[in-house]
Amino acid sequence: MSCESCNNELANDLYAQLEKFIDELPEKRGALISVLHKAQSLFGYLPKEVQIFVGRKLNVPVSQVYGVVSFYSFFTMIPKGKHPIAVCMGTACYVRGADKILDVFKRELGIEVGQTTEDGKFSIDALRCVGACGLAPVVLVGEKVYGRISTAEEVKKIISEYQE
Amino acid sequence: MSKYTMHILVCGGTGCISAQSNEIVEQLMFHINEANMSEEVQVLKTGCFGFCEKGPVVKILPDNTFYVQVTPEDAEELVKEHIVKGRKVERLLYVDPTTEEVVSDSKHMDFYKKQMRVALRNCGFIDPDNIEEYIARDGYAALGMALGMTQQEVIDEVKKSGLRGRGGGGFPTGLKWEFAYKNKADQKYVVCNADEGDPGAFMDRSILEGDPHSVVEAMAICGYAIGATKGLVYIRAEYPLAIKRLEKAINDAREYGLLGKDILGSGLEFDIEIKFGAGAFVCGEETALIHSMEGMRGEPTTKPPFPAESGYWEKPTNVNNVETFANIPVIFLKGADWFASIGTEKSKGTKVFALAGKINNVGLIEVPMGITLREVIYDIGGGIKDGKKFKAVQTGGPSGGCLTEKDLDTPIDFDNLLAKGSMMGSGGMIVMDEDNCMPAVAKFYLEFTEEESCGKCTPCRVGTKRLLELLEKITHGKGTMEDVDVLRELSQVIKDTALCGLGQTAPNPILSTLDVFYDEYIAHIKDKKCPAGECSALLQYIINDKCIGCTACARVCPVNCITGTVKQMHVVDQEKCIKCGACMDKCKFKAIIKQ
Repeated sequence: MSCESCNNELANDLYAQLEKFIDELPEKRGALISVLHKAQSLFGYLPKEVQIFVGRKLNVPVSQVYGVVSFYSFFTMIPKGKHPIAVCMGTACYVRGADKILDVFKRELGIEVGQTTEDGKFSIDALRCVGACGLAPVVLVGEKVYGRISTAEEVKKIISEYQE
Repeated sequence: MSKYTMHILVCGGTGCISAQSNEIVEQLMFHINEANMSEEVQVLKTGCFGFCEKGPVVKILPDNTFYVQVTPEDAEELVKEHIVKGRKVERLLYVDPTTEEVVSDSKHMDFYKKQMRVALRNCGFIDPDNIEEYIARDGYAALGMALGMTQQEVIDEVKKSGLRGRGGGGFPTGLKWEFAYKNKADQKYVVCNADEGDPGAFMDRSILEGDPHSVVEAMAICGYAIGATKGLVYIRAEYPLAIKRLEKAINDAREYGLLGKDILGSGLEFDIEIKFGAGAFVCGEETALIHSMEGMRGEPTTKPPFPAESGYWEKPTNVNNVETFANIPVIFLKGADWFASIGTEKSKGTKVFALAGKINNVGLIEVPMGITLREVIYDIGGGIKDGKKFKAVQTGGPSGGCLTEKDLDTPIDFDNLLAKGSMMGSGGMIVMDEDNCMPAVAKFYLEFTEEESCGKCTPCRVGTKRLLELLEKITHGKGTMEDVDVLRELSQVIKDTALCGLGQTAPNPILSTLDVFYDEYIAHIKDKKCPAGECSALLQYIINDKCIGCTACARVCPVNCITGTVKQMHVVDQEKCIKCGACMDKCKFKAIIKQ
């Protein structure tokens, strides 16, 4: 019970921050994408409730908010894992075997791209070029970059680093 | 600045930062302090040096020593030996792979010899966070020159230079400016397209990270020329470092009176705002980009009206790409004639390429137009990795095509690449070797365009999906000869009928590989074989008699499909095998082959 109430408090605080951000915008016209960026950085993802809130505050139909959220790959409606894994699938990484590396991550964690493990620890994403092509194939866990990952063994080692 | 007698430049591009260059800077500073030399030696984090393969790169001035693959642990030795005692640290110098000789000066390295740096002129030379360093290299002098000319004179100078848009289309930049200039309106906009979506390309990001002021300056020049007071940079949210440096550049420029209400006391008003993209390849198309900046879905609209007539909030808008802008200040500093003297008849100046894939020297390069592929791949790129055979180079990303052995001596420019069934694109250049399967490469690109299709027009939304399905069939060994005809026909229809550039060029990777690598398609269809050995559905992992029965493969197999007793030859159960290749990586005796 106490946990739930502090969760609510936390959420209320985030909504208050988002509201402040929107109220302080010099111009609301055309601001939807920047507001959604802010919302995702606060909440970590964009659940339905947040989208409705944004729509009301900006006086934009929720259908339009959802249209934008679902259009851009940067926005997500599913919470990411505690350790978000991103495998670069840019062409440079692909020709050096990134697709095989992605397969190993999927197999080891038992989830598909865009999903999060049940314990909320890991999520997998395929990225389009992080620009570290000299290190191809590249894997990111959170902000940390792992370069020249070429075997299943190395993948397992990365995952085990984050298994408490 | 002049008090320093030595400068240590550390590459701060994303590639090198990924390989701990921030820690190297910290360690260098620490050891310089220890040696009490912080008054004489300056440690600088610069933009990308380009030689990403050997990163992190550290360069020491004035003697131009070029250290490669430096680690934070090497910092102490670099300071104690090179800085204090003046002795080069031999083991960190670049070794030419062909002559096996140590090359300490970057000017003598093959990688740099054939390059010509115009758009990247400051990348790797200056601290991108310090406006004074940009000014010291004639920064903002071009803006001053332009302000002394009439608007038409500025446009004429850009026209005379022959500069064409570097984002992919190759439209003459001066002409574009003129259209926007001639449309009268109370408000006009200058937009910089920094939404680099081409997978495997990082030219624009490197420019913004290494030399953000060149883009700020060029946008101000453009603003003056077309009569716009407002500039917008549309940048991918995935480029945090570029955003940070650009924000700092804009703020510093404001402080120095180079942006704002009265630029350089001329009465000119111009300011820049940053708009974030959210990951949609189609937003590289200018009408889609404009809709995205307005906070909407980034869907393209038909042209005309062109943005020069009706763009951002229906006002005349001029959209140029980052690299195009980076060329502008040089055109004024050195003159349009100088710029036009570089390159081929119809493609002037230089082009930045992100050279990557199966090549020895992965990196960011800038070469004069008209250079041959052979020079790029073998002289600058150092040839194919691991001594494998060159197969193809893909240019133009998902909209481009493949060039092969027979095209190696063709001068690279906009028109030649188009004639060869590829395109310049934004500058991704991916090298492939004999292990890359071309139908699979075409499939890779179609997966990309199918996912990135915005869904507005039917040919692209449905067509790319059907193309992808056909390619999946073929790469799984289930294709028929009829499928090849359908691929060709459907590709043509999409090219002719799609709404925007994304759809119109999406079939290019298929048409180009079908043209050049027809045999490979046939092998997948008729023989059910993948000659390059990449399509896992058509492969088998087989253990041969080199096997000594060490059991390493059986232990690593995730589905336990390898059986055998110790010291006996093992066998793969083909029914259960998921073809992950883990066994082959693990085997020390080369006893596992795929065929």
